[in-house]
Amino acid sequence: MTKIELTVDGGKVSEDVEPRMLLVQFLREKLGKTGTLVGCDTSNCGACTVHLNGHAVKSCNMLAVQADGAEVTTIEGLAATYDGGELHPMQEAFHECHALQCGYCTPGMIMRSVDLLNENPDPTEEEIREGLEGNLCRCTGYHNIVRAVQTAAAAGKGAQQ
Amino acid sequence: MTVTDDRPAAEIGRDRRRKEDRRLITGSSRYTDNIVLPGMLHLGMVRSPFAHAKITSIDTSEAKAATNVVAVYTAADLDESAGVLINAWPITPDQKTPVHAVLPVDRVTFAGEIVAVVVARSAAAARDAVELVDVDYEELPAAIDLREAAQDKVLAHPDLGTNKSALWVFDSAEAGTGGNVEDAIAQARTDGVLIEREFRENRLIPAFMEPRSVVVDPTGEQLTMWSATQVPHIVRFALAATTGVPENKIRVVAPDVGGGFGGKLQVTPEEWLAWWIARQLHKPVKYTETRSESMMAGHHGRDQWQKLTLAATKEGKVTGLKVELTADLGSYVAIVGGGIPVLGAFMYNAIYKIPAYHFACQTVLTNKTWTDAYRGAGRPEATFAIERLMSELANELGMDPLELREKNWITHEEFPFTTVAGLEYDSGNYEAATAAAKEFFGYDELRAEQARRRESGDPVQLGIGVSTFTEMCGLAPSRVLGSLDYGAGGWEHASVRMLATGKVEVATGTSAHGQGHETAFSQIVADRLGVPFDDVEILHGDTQVSVKGLDTYGSRSLVVGGEAIVKAADKVIEKAKPVAAHLLEASVDDIEFAAGRFSVRGTDAGLSIQEVAGAVFTAHNLPDGMEPSIDAEATFDPVNFNYPHGTHLCAVEVDTETGQVTLRKYTCVDDVGNIVNPLIVEGQVHGGLAQGIAQALYEDAVFDEAGTLVSGSFVDYLVPSAADLISFDAHHASTPATTNTLGTKGVGEAGTIASTPAVVNAVLDAVRQFGVQDVVMPCSPARVYAAIAAARAGDTGSATEGAVR
Repeated sequence: MTKIELTVDGGKVSEDVEPRMLLVQFLREKLGKTGTLVGCDTSNCGACTVHLNGHAVKSCNMLAVQADGAEVTTIEGLAATYDGGELHPMQEAFHECHALQCGYCTPGMIMRSVDLLNENPDPTEEEIREGLEGNLCRCTGYHNIVRAVQTAAAAGKGAQQ
Repeated sequence: MTVTDDRPAAEIGRDRRRKEDRRLITGSSRYTDNIVLPGMLHLGMVRSPFAHAKITSIDTSEAKAATNVVAVYTAADLDESAGVLINAWPITPDQKTPVHAVLPVDRVTFAGEIVAVVVARSAAAARDAVELVDVDYEELPAAIDLREAAQDKVLAHPDLGTNKSALWVFDSAEAGTGGNVEDAIAQARTDGVLIEREFRENRLIPAFMEPRSVVVDPTGEQLTMWSATQVPHIVRFALAATTGVPENKIRVVAPDVGGGFGGKLQVTPEEWLAWWIARQLHKPVKYTETRSESMMAGHHGRDQWQKLTLAATKEGKVTGLKVELTADLGSYVAIVGGGIPVLGAFMYNAIYKIPAYHFACQTVLTNKTWTDAYRGAGRPEATFAIERLMSELANELGMDPLELREKNWITHEEFPFTTVAGLEYDSGNYEAATAAAKEFFGYDELRAEQARRRESGDPVQLGIGVSTFTEMCGLAPSRVLGSLDYGAGGWEHASVRMLATGKVEVATGTSAHGQGHETAFSQIVADRLGVPFDDVEILHGDTQVSVKGLDTYGSRSLVVGGEAIVKAADKVIEKAKPVAAHLLEASVDDIEFAAGRFSVRGTDAGLSIQEVAGAVFTAHNLPDGMEPSIDAEATFDPVNFNYPHGTHLCAVEVDTETGQVTLRKYTCVDDVGNIVNPLIVEGQVHGGLAQGIAQALYEDAVFDEAGTLVSGSFVDYLVPSAADLISFDAHHASTPATTNTLGTKGVGEAGTIASTPAVVNAVLDAVRQFGVQDVVMPCSPARVYAAIAAARAGDTGSATEGAVR
């Protein structure tokens, strides 16, 4: 067992974990952060995407011990949405554009999309599609996910003006 | 009729944003794997690496001795209360159906079959101990190739004596629905045109994003199973029917379910094992599969060879169609496995007036993963065959593929139309959908560009593909299912409860897993009862809440389940009228209901439905002898299927130097009748298109000669990403269905059914000029390149799969 300390969704946490425990297992099983989901075992699907120190990572693709000292944000910490609080603009855009159906890829897709716009606030459709290549969705055909990212990008530009 | 100012605007037809979204986009979802119960144990599955082998011994001692392992079970430990996995649709009386035990006793029949189960205090400990179970196998020859299996060269189940499970035949001359197809073929052979083709329906993996998961809690009086399933009611029935637990002691819950596409309408060994083990140990248990396990052991779809003969006159009038199918069941007949190709039997004639039709399907057992429903289930295969054939015929005659279709399709004046397969199509307008699609697509401009590129010898050639599909959906009229020997009915149930606070609670027997029922059904109820959209709560997916139902598949939820809700809501209004009359001191005959208000004809007096509900709750002042309830339920059994249709046009660019196929434009105009929520309909079409396109270009469940699934992960099985697809140009037309009061038709499967042939027709349209006659799906760059090279070298290319991927 290895003791790790990190910040998850703004809260400091400390746990003893097996060295082999994946970050996603730590989030789900130790912290009950079940908003972050597991869709595959080959790091292809991206359902488990979270932010590590502000950048999107697949939390099935790193060990919990590697996150020692880091700041992790999951879909549950993206915005203070409990008790009807306001959504993050990307969450709002996914809702507005009907960019989800079963919702399973959605937390990862949103976390990746937020990072995508952080890297490139004004992406072309092609850049969005390339940027989301590591996140699979089986329901939407991606059409409305692309629209959602475009919508969030436009809203972001509006907010800066 | 008085229209009051506070009457809500019509909800049906509005692009309401979904009620489901908030919990899903904030991480407040409740998928099965999120459920944790006190003392919960975890299962790990020991799976066979061989496709066909005798189990000579299983040594579980080391696993049993491992720390945190609670138990290890093999077939020898199971008793009758473990049950068995059922086939609910024996398609012929003499169908060969191997017994599907929860664990195989002495022989494994596909790679991935479970041979032992480890129960441990954590999922990690269970997985570790799986490695400690020592199974000795004696490998047996495996039946892998479908066409060889059909010849009984190697037997998948030696005790059955054959791999042939069932032969199902429909013949229009025998059924009295049309002529004799052999006469039509003979006629065409002498003075007409015959198109004879053999097409391969590649094996697909549903690949829902949420891996299957099951939790069983044996504590309390009713045993509870949570499962990532599309069919909680059917699972409950099958548990009761096979495990000896009375049906009324079983609660099955499908909480948030992350997609299904048919892949989760199964009853599975994993569910049955969890059920039995929880009861043995009196502890809650959980099993969540890995993606690799999901791809290996969850049922697959399609996998057919289609031998097709289309007879026509030289003018392009189709005179007959003969379909001979060989369909791969895998090693067991799944719950509706054998019936899937039969569902397609009624659709090969599609939108066309075909005078003579013969269909025969041989289902075949092999030592591969079992097959069952995958989005479209039999109908994509049928649509692919006929739409490919119609384009082949057009090519043969030098006609435009749309003109050829128009020459043969049912015109909009001819509805209702009884087809050669014996179905009555209620409505449709193929002319209108096609005209609109051509316009949106820019058909003539793209044809002109195609001609220019051909002339200039552009290395990147343009191809245009057409698919004018229809499907039968809204499963299903119970009598029809009975005539097909299906083991259940096709009705759907709903209940509507008016709560004391004026809120409305609706329970539906359908079980959504991404479709948006909570939103669409709320819209229907809001309109029907005249209550605010936000005051309606749709409950589903729990057999103690939605007590009766037949679940979600076959594009049935709105057209069957939605209609049940309408009927229940109408009963609420009828039950409320005497209460309103009593309270308003008027005759029931003078009570009118509109926009949520009961009023007395010719006066201003009235009561809202919420006020009536409140009065019924207190029951202080009701008519004499009246039961204090206006709640109601209804069960709706459709009298007919419904028949959405559409025209899909696809343009692809084929790089003739690499074989790469790139989507250029995809336009579709789908007629799904009246639309409750256009946003949801569009979403269904988009997702359907992606899956149909993926069959044409990307996805293929490939087994090696030993029967190992080599595309058993997302690394090898190419579920398309955003970068592989384009934005779709999707539109709709609306010819209302006449067989339900909402006028709606199914939409869940439409995009998948329609798109595959449109894409392949486009690929061929680009490369036919080089002499290519067919490219087997998926049309990968390697295959397209090889087809062009072979054609240029003088080999016409045939429907062989080969090793080229």
